[in-house]
Amino acid sequence: MSEHLPILIVICPLLAAVLVPLVARTSAGLARALTVLATAASLLFALAALRVVLDSGVWRYHLGGWAPPWGIEYVVDPLGGGMAVLVSLLATLVAIYAGPHLREFSSLRAAVFDSLFLLLVSGLLGITLTGDLFNLYVFLEISSLAAYALLASGGDRAVVATFRYVLIGTIAASFYLLGLGYLYALTGTLNMADLASRLPQVAPGSAVTVGVVLIVVGLAIKMAVFPLHGWMPDAYTYAPPPVTMFVAAVMSKVSAYALLRVLFFVLPAGEVVATARGVLSWVAAAGVLAGSILALAQTDVRRMLAYSSVGQMGYVVLGLAMGNVAALTGALLHVAGHAVAKGCLFGAIGSLSRQTVQVEIEGLAGAASRAPVMMAAFTVAALSLIGMPPTAGFFSKWYLLQGMIEGGAWVFAVVLLVSSLLSAVYFFRILERIYFSPAPASDPPPSRGPEHSWRLLGPVATLGAAVLLIGMFNGLLVTVVIRHALPDL
Amino acid sequence: MFDLLGADRPLVAVLVPLAAAAAIRLLGRYPILRESCTFAAGVLTVALVVPMLPVVLDGGVIESSRLLLLPGVALHLRVDPLGLLFGLVASILWVITSVYSVGYMRAGAYPNQTGYFASFALCISATLGLAFAANLLTFFVFYEVLTLATYPLVAHNRTPEARAGGRKYLVYTLLAGQALLLAIVWTYSLGSGGEFRPGGLLPAETPTWTVVSLFVLFLAGVGVKAGIMPLHAWLPAAMVAPTPVSALLHAVAVVKAGAFGVLRIIGYVFGVDLLDTVGLDTLLAGTAAATILFGSIRALGETHLKRRLAYSTVSQLSYVVLGAALGSAAALAGAMFHIAAHGFTKITLFFCAGAIYTESHRDDVRQLGGLGRQMPITMTAFAIAAASLAGTPLLGGFISKWNLSLGALASGQGVFVAVLIVSGLLNLAYLFPIIYSAFFDAPYGEVGRERVMLTAPLVITASVVILLGVMPGIGVGFYQLAWSAAESVVGGPAAGGSP
Repeated sequence: MSEHLPILIVICPLLAAVLVPLVARTSAGLARALTVLATAASLLFALAALRVVLDSGVWRYHLGGWAPPWGIEYVVDPLGGGMAVLVSLLATLVAIYAGPHLREFSSLRAAVFDSLFLLLVSGLLGITLTGDLFNLYVFLEISSLAAYALLASGGDRAVVATFRYVLIGTIAASFYLLGLGYLYALTGTLNMADLASRLPQVAPGSAVTVGVVLIVVGLAIKMAVFPLHGWMPDAYTYAPPPVTMFVAAVMSKVSAYALLRVLFFVLPAGEVVATARGVLSWVAAAGVLAGSILALAQTDVRRMLAYSSVGQMGYVVLGLAMGNVAALTGALLHVAGHAVAKGCLFGAIGSLSRQTVQVEIEGLAGAASRAPVMMAAFTVAALSLIGMPPTAGFFSKWYLLQGMIEGGAWVFAVVLLVSSLLSAVYFFRILERIYFSPAPASDPPPSRGPEHSWRLLGPVATLGAAVLLIGMFNGLLVTVVIRHALPDL
Repeated sequence: MFDLLGADRPLVAVLVPLAAAAAIRLLGRYPILRESCTFAAGVLTVALVVPMLPVVLDGGVIESSRLLLLPGVALHLRVDPLGLLFGLVASILWVITSVYSVGYMRAGAYPNQTGYFASFALCISATLGLAFAANLLTFFVFYEVLTLATYPLVAHNRTPEARAGGRKYLVYTLLAGQALLLAIVWTYSLGSGGEFRPGGLLPAETPTWTVVSLFVLFLAGVGVKAGIMPLHAWLPAAMVAPTPVSALLHAVAVVKAGAFGVLRIIGYVFGVDLLDTVGLDTLLAGTAAATILFGSIRALGETHLKRRLAYSTVSQLSYVVLGAALGSAAALAGAMFHIAAHGFTKITLFFCAGAIYTESHRDDVRQLGGLGRQMPITMTAFAIAAASLAGTPLLGGFISKWNLSLGALASGQGVFVAVLIVSGLLNLAYLFPIIYSAFFDAPYGEVGRERVMLTAPLVITASVVILLGVMPGIGVGFYQLAWSAAESVVGGPAAGGSP
């Protein structure tokens, strides 16, 4: 069985997605358990696969025994394996976290929710492990369709917000597919490794350029890179808390992974890619600032966090665009650190407000006395996004700064620092409310506080601790995993 | 793996207050246990730090295990004379302030005392960490933790004024933190690492403009906490904090972290020779001199006692900066000794201000008439500390001033001696009227009786101020530490005087 690990990681949630609605007919509790179990199994398999890969090099798995370029290939390398661990870890925690939220749903709706969630997880895991660009498109669509449905389940406003996302997301996927078509027409292959070896022989021309531009723009929309982020704040604001927690933490990161994979592992280094990276770096810098400034203007916490994501994804893109070892290390560490921190932030906020989806900043007054552990985790995650030591966010900022300085990009170095200060402004505004403002007297004391359930508390506290651990042990993470995940430069 | 009672003692000394902070949080419901925890941790920390003295005075260093932070850069603690000097001041004063804090917070029935004591312990942990930091990254990590841990203390009273003070503090310190971060990453990218080395760590071939830009960034980074003009405005605003916070953090730990940072950066990152070649030392000395005079003049204009003391701190901190900028052995030794001398002096003054406020609820200098007879112990200590601040012989402040003046003369910049003398006169001008009015004016009103919990700490610190002046080398040997650090920075024993 262990030789099939790569496909098991993807299949587990996929199978469970089918089984959960059936099981739910007999027992809703069993269906929930199955959801958690399936994601946890993926996590275990992903960890096992990553370990094998770190010990003995890249693992190429041929689906159904068909060798590429005819068959579909799954490739587990430190980069893809690491992403799979990140995705399945967040999936497991969110699967647990979703329990108390689903109690308000009918058992059928809860089962549909779980099923869609598993489908989303399966799609994202597929993206991280596939070695085939068209297969990547398929998984991108699977995960997007599942995400549309999940995001829309938050009520009327969520439906409107998601409809916009459906339109924009479909355009993005079409861009990607169209770009892929150009590359396929030029080379006759869809396998990543095969493409990487054939593309250099193709004469540079407008076809390659158009293909690259379409793919990059498509993935950038999926990542909500400024100024293509329009769909994202509404979608995050109105979705049910567990959905936002997972989608905000992981989905844009997986698209970032796809962008990294295409830019550095598939496309040959050359003028086209260099230009694309040059454009991306300025776009990213603008996004870092714009995201932070727009976040300042928000009064709704979740919308603010969404804009903060626009800024933070800018860090990742900036690192990719700079493309030296330090910058890429920073970008990858930031993918992990930001995923964990954003999950923690949305999780903590989501646990405060299961009835109302919107959370005004004013409404957080005195939250520290209602939910001390949750708010401690929130604080740690917020400090990570600001970039304060010793959290994960500080160290990714360190590597990114190092990358910018080594690359002579002083403007971008200053942009990163300014963004840190802006993040400090919008987060300390909230932290001041949480810790220093008294809870409103009119509020009847909640009989069951947000920390009554370990299912809510456990995942959020775990993520908060992870933010600190990733920070303090980033040296280990970088030397053992991230260094090996970098492309040959 | 770890040698906790041997080489890893610095690490343990940082961890003890950190663990105490966690324990205080958990014990919040039981004030007695919570406060015992503060004392126990304080005493334990001193017991860990003081025995390092013989090793360091013999010219050794204590290096704890390196914990990997980044590939190639570790969380690395190493106790050298300068670090030990600062560590000793911070840890000894923490114990004394703990006693005072308990008295003060209980007498005033302040809310949120658990958070208060926990943040305090965290601040001390960070202060010790940055005192013992062996490289720039370690220094920065603790420097930023100190910023964060102090913020809730500044905003402790939760009033709009306190929150505004807290915000101002954060804006200044976080801005400075980003400048410092850029400077540090830049330094690492120059390729010679970030390990502090007496005499400087920058590669010899660093271009001049790089040195200048780095220097400006570094100074902006540490200058905010050191209150160098025009980066000082947060300090008077932070006086909204409870008095023990002003006393330990805004007279000793936080602001001295800035002054200590200036010494570290000038002595151990750039080196005095490099600064001299580039010509930055004169610029810095000029700024420091301006800050010294400006701070004293502003102090004259303040009638709120704590704010007056805050401006006095701004002025006095620049003594340290001036000494670092002058760069001769005597000046550096004076600057380093001033960390201890001013620490004990200023904390005494703040303790007195807090005791006065607790017993009489007065904080305006025009309302202190007759206090000398009503609170004799407090006002006597105040008088001693004020005299030390002005540089009266036989008190701690004189020793640093003497060495600074010798240093200024040694490098042929006698004008700074005049600055020090004028500053001393200004100190008298803003503190002496308070003492005069306290002892010779008619009582302003009724006051409570002096409490032991508040007077004992200030008697101890005032006695140390006298001891430091009479026998600067006694006990924990601040004077020897300062000289040995100064000599290592300028390279070998140099000519200089000591009284």
